[in-house]
Amino acid sequence: MNVYADNAATTAVSDTALAAMMPCFQEIYGNPSSLHTPGQRAAERLAAARETFAKYLNGDPREITFTSGGSEADNQALRSAALLGARKGKKHIISTKFEHHAILHTLQALEKEGYEVTLLDIPPDGVVTAEQVKAALRPDTCLVTVMFANNEIGTIQPIPEIGAVCHEAGVLFHTDAVQAVGHLPIDVQAMHIDLLSLSAHKFHGPKGVGVLYARRGIALTNVIHGGAQERGKRAGTENIPGICGAAAAFEEACVNIEKNAAYLTPLRDKLIEGLTAIPHTVLNGDAKRRLPGNVNVCFEGIEGESLLLLLDAKGIAASSGSACTSGSLDPSHVLLALGRPHEVAHGSLRLSLSEYNTEAEIDYILKELPNIVSYLRDISPVWDELEKGQRPHLI
Amino acid sequence: MALYSDKVMDHFQHPRNVGKMEDADGIGEVGNAKCGDIMRMYIKVDHDTQTITDVKFNTFGCGSAIATSSMATELIKGKPISEALTLSNKAVVEALDGLPAQKIHCSVLAEEAVRAAIRDYYDKNNIPYGDELRECDGHCDTCHQEHE
Repeated sequence: MNVYADNAATTAVSDTALAAMMPCFQEIYGNPSSLHTPGQRAAERLAAARETFAKYLNGDPREITFTSGGSEADNQALRSAALLGARKGKKHIISTKFEHHAILHTLQALEKEGYEVTLLDIPPDGVVTAEQVKAALRPDTCLVTVMFANNEIGTIQPIPEIGAVCHEAGVLFHTDAVQAVGHLPIDVQAMHIDLLSLSAHKFHGPKGVGVLYARRGIALTNVIHGGAQERGKRAGTENIPGICGAAAAFEEACVNIEKNAAYLTPLRDKLIEGLTAIPHTVLNGDAKRRLPGNVNVCFEGIEGESLLLLLDAKGIAASSGSACTSGSLDPSHVLLALGRPHEVAHGSLRLSLSEYNTEAEIDYILKELPNIVSYLRDISPVWDELEKGQRPHLI
Repeated sequence: MALYSDKVMDHFQHPRNVGKMEDADGIGEVGNAKCGDIMRMYIKVDHDTQTITDVKFNTFGCGSAIATSSMATELIKGKPISEALTLSNKAVVEALDGLPAQKIHCSVLAEEAVRAAIRDYYDKNNIPYGDELRECDGHCDTCHQEHE
């Protein structure tokens, strides 16, 4: 059996999204900036896609800027808010320790340019609080950026409460909602969101398309300079097939949001229950305040990459935050921020489901995984020491 | 997966000489759980001929850590200690048809595990040895960077 359980990394394009894209390659291929009829037909599709995003985010079409993806949207959001702050002499930014690298590395770049950054600690349940944000606010704070839901552990942050705190203080609020959009209801008005980043390929849209929502009145700074596309704020001929596919996928996801959550939540909980029954296994992040499809656990005494390879050999595609999979010597910064020791973080496994997964697939994972964990523990000297009491169990 | 050669995947999925050895003559352990790799190697030695008659290993680590341990045991099993001491990480890499650049340190760990097991055997039997059988300081970064 083949099970794709890495939907937080990327998803399959839905039939609806693909159907919306196909005409844009050979029929509606005009450049939306062109005056002629083929160009204007493409411009109409672009406008319709923009309206779709505005509608389901509860914003205005003029507040929607298409980008190449979530990372570009994050970069542009942070750069724009930082520049607006600097003009008022405000150069302090608040964020959290477990943001995506698109945020953390942009903040590091801003620090080199003279900004001060406060990264909030992550409580053990993986949910930061509005009180933490409030306590970190300073008179010179120009921006708060907190992710909507964490990409590794799936925990959902109290975005409306944080937004309210920011607005009360007159500080711009950005949320990297890449993992949440299409999976959780989002209302930029009710949630006091000024800037929001999203990425189409996380909800069955195509790769290479993102959106930056920016409340009217917030002047965006260009990251890509050139032509006058996107009201002059993002140069480059619009990716019409991608944008049309993104809008179709977004609408489909939003219309089905409750249905999908109702379908996925019991599958997620079954997986969590089955996996945490394996001795010395811990769930990362709050059990309930998490994305409907996210499961993230640490198995003590084993290492994540070998786990992934053995799962792959059984047809199961998953992800890990071990150093060997992160491309550095350190395991996942998210798990470390959560307080997991290095040796525990190395044994992490993320299974991220979509509505395309079935209960039979969950049963298959639960049948195969315990054997793989036992096998790796049997050959692990760390597990040997843990079992002999020569090394204390950490989980 | 294209990340690893067929040989690496074979040794990872079907490791040779895996397990513990209760009556080992020498045990070497290198690496550090914090860094994500630990190898423990057990050797059985024929004292008269100074030959490694049996080898076992336990490894905590990624696919290539397990595969390099397995290959290292194959390369030294039945060999005189003097020959096992010449085992280089490069030889392990070559025997596995190559490793990705970021995984070369796994082969270094395998080489060091073999040497640590032999050193332990020498220590237990009061056999003198030279500086070349230096001890790994257990600091992963040192190993990662100093070896090719």
